Amino acid sequence: MSDIKNIRDQFLSKLKNELSLDEINSIKTELFGKNGQISSLFKTVGSIPESDRKTFAADLNKIKDELQSLISEKIKEIETKEVNQKLEKEKVDITLPGRPFVRGKIHPVSQTIDEISSIFSEIGFSVEEGPDVENEYNNFTALNTPDNHPARDMHDTFYLDENKEVLLRTHTSPVQIRTMLKDKPPFKIIAPGRTYRSDSDQTHAPMFHQVEGLHIDKNINMGHLKGCLNYFIKEFFEVEKIKMRFRPSHFPFTEPSAEVDIGYEIKDGKIVIGEGDQWLEILGCGMVHPNVLKNVKVDPAKYQGYAFGIGIDRLAMLKYGINDLRAFFDCDYRWLNHFGFDPLDVPTNYRGLSR
Amino acid sequence: MKITFDWLKDHLSVSAKEEKLLEKLTDIGLEVESVENLSEGLDLFKVAKILKTEKHPNADRLKVCDVDVGEKEIKKVVCGAPNAREGLITVYAPPGAVIPKNKTKLVIAKIRDVTSYGMLCSESELNLSEESDGITELSSSKYNNSIGKSFFTQSSSNLIDLSITPNRPDCLGVRGIARDLAAAGFGKLKQIKEQKIKSKKSQTVKVKITDEKNQGCFSFGSCLVTNVKNTESPKWLKDKLISIGQKPISAIVDITNYVMIDINRPLHAYDADKIQKGIIVRNSKSGEEFTALDNKNYKLKDDMCVISDDKGVLGLGGIIGGTRSGTEIDTQNVLIESAYFDPRSIRKTAKELNIDTDAKFRFERGIDQLSIEEGLNKAAFLIKEICGGEISKINIQKISTFKNQIIKFDPSSFEKVTGFKILTKDMLKILDNLGFKCKKDKKIFKLTIPSWRPDITQEIDVVEELVRIVGYDKIKIEEPIKERKKSTLTQIQKLFHFLQRSIASKGYLEAITWSFTDAKYNDHFKGQNDELKIVNPISSELGVLRNSIFSNLIMYMSKNIDRGFKDLSIFEIGPTFFGKQPGEQNIVVCGLSAGKKSRLSWLEKERNVDVFDIKKDVVQTLVEAGYDAEKFFIDDETPDYYHPGKSGRLFLNRGKESVAAYFGEIHPNIIKQIDMKTVSLVGFEIFLDNLKLPKKSLKDQKTKYSVSDYQKSERDFAFIVDKKIKVQDLINVVSNVDKNLISNIKVFDVYEGDNIPENQKSIAISVTIQSQEKTLKEADLDQINKSIIETVENKTGAKIRS
Repeated sequence: MSDIKNIRDQFLSKLKNELSLDEINSIKTELFGKNGQISSLFKTVGSIPESDRKTFAADLNKIKDELQSLISEKIKEIETKEVNQKLEKEKVDITLPGRPFVRGKIHPVSQTIDEISSIFSEIGFSVEEGPDVENEYNNFTALNTPDNHPARDMHDTFYLDENKEVLLRTHTSPVQIRTMLKDKPPFKIIAPGRTYRSDSDQTHAPMFHQVEGLHIDKNINMGHLKGCLNYFIKEFFEVEKIKMRFRPSHFPFTEPSAEVDIGYEIKDGKIVIGEGDQWLEILGCGMVHPNVLKNVKVDPAKYQGYAFGIGIDRLAMLKYGINDLRAFFDCDYRWLNHFGFDPLDVPTNYRGLSR
Repeated sequence: MKITFDWLKDHLSVSAKEEKLLEKLTDIGLEVESVENLSEGLDLFKVAKILKTEKHPNADRLKVCDVDVGEKEIKKVVCGAPNAREGLITVYAPPGAVIPKNKTKLVIAKIRDVTSYGMLCSESELNLSEESDGITELSSSKYNNSIGKSFFTQSSSNLIDLSITPNRPDCLGVRGIARDLAAAGFGKLKQIKEQKIKSKKSQTVKVKITDEKNQGCFSFGSCLVTNVKNTESPKWLKDKLISIGQKPISAIVDITNYVMIDINRPLHAYDADKIQKGIIVRNSKSGEEFTALDNKNYKLKDDMCVISDDKGVLGLGGIIGGTRSGTEIDTQNVLIESAYFDPRSIRKTAKELNIDTDAKFRFERGIDQLSIEEGLNKAAFLIKEICGGEISKINIQKISTFKNQIIKFDPSSFEKVTGFKILTKDMLKILDNLGFKCKKDKKIFKLTIPSWRPDITQEIDVVEELVRIVGYDKIKIEEPIKERKKSTLTQIQKLFHFLQRSIASKGYLEAITWSFTDAKYNDHFKGQNDELKIVNPISSELGVLRNSIFSNLIMYMSKNIDRGFKDLSIFEIGPTFFGKQPGEQNIVVCGLSAGKKSRLSWLEKERNVDVFDIKKDVVQTLVEAGYDAEKFFIDDETPDYYHPGKSGRLFLNRGKESVAAYFGEIHPNIIKQIDMKTVSLVGFEIFLDNLKLPKKSLKDQKTKYSVSDYQKSERDFAFIVDKKIKVQDLINVVSNVDKNLISNIKVFDVYEGDNIPENQKSIAISVTIQSQEKTLKEADLDQINKSIIETVENKTGAKIRS
C-alpha cells in the first residue's frame, strides 16, 4: 500500500509542475509503459496474499485512474494552448474587404410587368402576347377604327411600308383580336408588351409599354369592369383605400368607354396615391364594342365584356417616384442600378409584390 | 373646343357657379383640358393720349413720346410706329404688363440710351387684329373722356378648353354642349326662335352639284346678300371671339366664324362678284391648281371635291376657300355657302394635301345635315344687321336627301351592359333632352336619332348616352372573384421570366432599349438579315428595326464607358426582327460584359473578362433553366460580329437542331469602329424561341432518388493529341467508355510547347470512376483504365503521356 501511495504522491507532485508535452509523455511511460511503475505493480497482483489482494488491486486501479485522467487532462491543456498560440499568429485584419461581387438588377418595367401579372393572376387572368409588327387590320380596322376614322389621327403610327399596311403596333389592343380569333369565349386575358408611337418629348417616348386587359363572358358588365380595376389599382399601389373616378370618354373599340383617374396629393415632394383632391389619368377602358366582337366572330348577342389599356411605364413612374420617362430607355448604368430590382425579388401573391 | 361660361349662357339658363360647370362637363364626357383667365392682367392696359413726340436722339426711326395715361406724371415712352403722333389716342401698356400676342412681360428698359416706361401697342400685339403696321388708333370722339381708363372691358368668364372626342361633332358647337349639360340636369336649354328668311329676291348665282361617282358634296345651300358694306365687327361680336382666343378680322368673316362656333355650322363667304358664271361643285381633275386662303398653292389630284366656277377651282369644299373669291373689306355682294360634305371625302383630300383647318376638322367628324338653312338664316340676318344690304331667298341644291336614322332600343340592354337599373321614365326624359324622338312599341323604343348625332347608329350607342348622362359614379362595383381556371403563364413565358432573372442574378443589369436602332450600328450585327426600314422614323438614328439587340446594347455600353464605368455587364431580353411581316421576330436574351474581373483587388490578380466567363454565364443559365449540360454541343461557327477564334455556338443536343446560343468576344474591328474604350468586350445571345421546352415539369423531373455510397476512385490521364482535336470530343470518347462507371470527367490542364511535338497538345483529365453496385477492386479499375487509354488512342489518334 505504501508503495502505491508513494508513487501517487510522487507523481502528483511531478504533474503539478509546468510540463511540456514530451515531459508528460515520458511521465506517462514511466507509469504505464511496459515496465512502468504502475504496470509493474499490476504484474505483482498475483503474488499478493489472497486476503490483501482485493484491496491492493482496488487501490491500484483507483490510483491508475486518477493518474491517467490527470495526464490526459494535462495533455489536452497543453494542446489547446498550442493551438491557441498558433491561431493567434494567423490572425488577419477582418475589416479588409471580402472578394468583390457584382449585383445584377431587373429593370423597373420588367418588375412592374411581373407585379401586374401577379395581381391579375389572382383573379383568373392569363397572359397573352402578340407581335410588335402588326398589320393595319389588327391594329385599327378590326378594332372598329376604319381608315376614314378621325381617331386614327390620335395614333402617330410608325409604318413599315408605303401602303401603310404593316406598322409597329400603336397599342396592345391587337392582341385582343388575335386572342379572340384564335380561341373561343370566354376570354380572360392580359397582354403586356411594347407599343410604339412616333412621338418624342419629355413625357412621350417613341416606344413605351402597355398592358391590355380583356374579359368576355356571358354576363360581364361595367360593374365588373369597375370592380376589376378598383382591385388592381389598390393591389398595385399597395394601399388600403383608393380614390378612383370613371369619366366618360371615347375609344372606337369600346362602348361605353371611360377614362379612369386616381386621386393623389403631393406630400414632401413625393406623390401619394389614394389621397388628396388632385386627379391623375391612368388608363382607358370600356365595354368591348359589338362591332369588334363581330369582327372576331364572337356573337355580341351572347357574349359581352370589358377591355382596358394601362400605361405600364406610367404606373412604374408613379409607384417608384420616377420623373423622366426617357430615362427608362437611356440605359444609364447609374439609373438602372438605382431604380432596378434585385433578381430574387420576384413579385408573388403569397409573399406580396414588394418587400 | 374653346368656350366660355358666358357664351354657354346664350343657350343655357343656369345659375350655378363655374366650378360646378367644370365638374359637370367632365362627368358627362366633355373633358376639361384647361381653364385660363384671358383677361388676367389686361386691366393694366390703359387708354392713353400722346401729348408730344420728339425724334430719338440716337435712332432715326424711333420717337420719344410724352404720354398722358391719366396719372399726374407724364410717361416717356420710346416708340417706333410711324403713326405715333401728337394728339393720337392709343393703348398704353405699363412695365409689368404682359403683351397678349407674344406673352412677354414689359420692363423699364433703356432703348438706345433713352429710358422707356412701357409701350404703346399695335392691334396685333393686343390680339385685336392682324394690324401690326402702327400703334392702335382709337377714335377721339369715343375715347377722349376715357384717358387713363382700362382699355379692355373686364370679362369674368374664363376660357375653358374642352377635349371633345371624335365621336361628338355636335359638341364642337356651343349649343351642343349646352344641350348635353341641360340633359344632365345642369340648367335648362333655351329655346331660340329661328328667324327665317322670307325674301322675294331670288339667289342669282347659279349653283350646280354634278352627279358623279365619288361626289363628296351631298347638298349645297346658298344665300346672296347684296349691297353690303363690310366693316369692323361690332364690339359684342369682337368680344365674343376674343373671349375664346380668336382674332376678329372683318364683320363677314367674324360672322361665319361666330355661327360655326355657336351651332357647329361651318359656312363660307364668297365675294359674289368674283364668281364667273355660277358655281359648279364637282370632282377635281389631276393637275388643277388653286391658291388657298392660307396663301399656299395646292396641286390637286383626281376626285377631290372642289367648288369651282367657269375659270376654275375656287376652293376645296369643306376644307379651305381660295384667295380668288375671298371676301375683302370692299366686298359688296356676299354669297354665303352652307353645305354638307361627306366625311370620308374630306378626310381623304385633307390627308393627301396635308391641310388641317377648322372646317375640315368639323366636316370630317360629321356636320348636322339639317343645319344648312339655320346657318344661312343666322349668318344672313347678322350680315344685314351689321353690314346692311338685302338678303335673297335661300337656294339649296342636293343630290341626296337626308333621312333621320331610326333604331330600335330595348331598354333592358341598359342594365345588361351597366349592371344597374334606371326607370324607363328617366330614360325617356334623358333621350328627349338630347333630341331623340321616341315611340314606344310594347317594350321596345323606336328612336329617331337627331340629325346632329351621326355617331349614334346602334343600341349600344344609346346605352352609352344614357349611362354617360346618368353618371358613371352610379355604376356599382362588382368585386372580382379570386378563381383561376387557366394557368397564368405558358411554359415559354415562364422560361422568359426565368432566363431574365437568371441572367440578372449573374451580375448583369437589365436594360430596355428601343426595338428600332441606328442603321449604322445595325449594319455590324445584321448578319444575313435584310435591313428593315421604318418609312417614317422619328430620326435617322432610329431608322431601322433591330436585327440584333447588340446594336443598341453596344451603343449604350459605349456611352456608359464614356461615363467612366469600366467593368460593366448589361443585358436585354426582347424582340429582334428578321422580316417586316407580323411574327417575323424572335425573342433573344442578349448580354454584354466589358472590362476586367477583380480590378484593384488586394486579394486577386486582375484579368480581362474573357470568352470563358461569358461561356460560364450562358451554360449556367441554361442548366438552371433545366437543360442538361452533358448533352450540350458546342462548335465554333458564329456570326461575323464575333471574334472568329474566340466565340462559340451552343446546341442543346448533338443533333444540331437550332442554335440555342452564341457567345464570345465581340469582333475587335467593331469595337474599333464604334470607338469603344475597353480592354475587353464579350457578349452572348440566347435564342428563346430555339430552346426546346423541357418536356417535364419540375415535379416530373424529380425521378427516383438513387446515389451510390460505394467508394469512388479518381484516375488522372494526360493525352498527347493533334491540335485540332477538341476537348469536347475527347471527353465524349472517354465518357462513352463506360457510362455506368464513369461519373465525372474534369479537364485540369491543357498544354502546348516544350516537350510536346509541334501541332500537338497535351490534355490532362481527371476521371471519376464509381459503381452503383459495388466497391470496385483494383483489377476492375485497371481494366477500365486500360479501356480508356485504348479507346482514346484508337478513336482520336492520341497517345497517353507517360
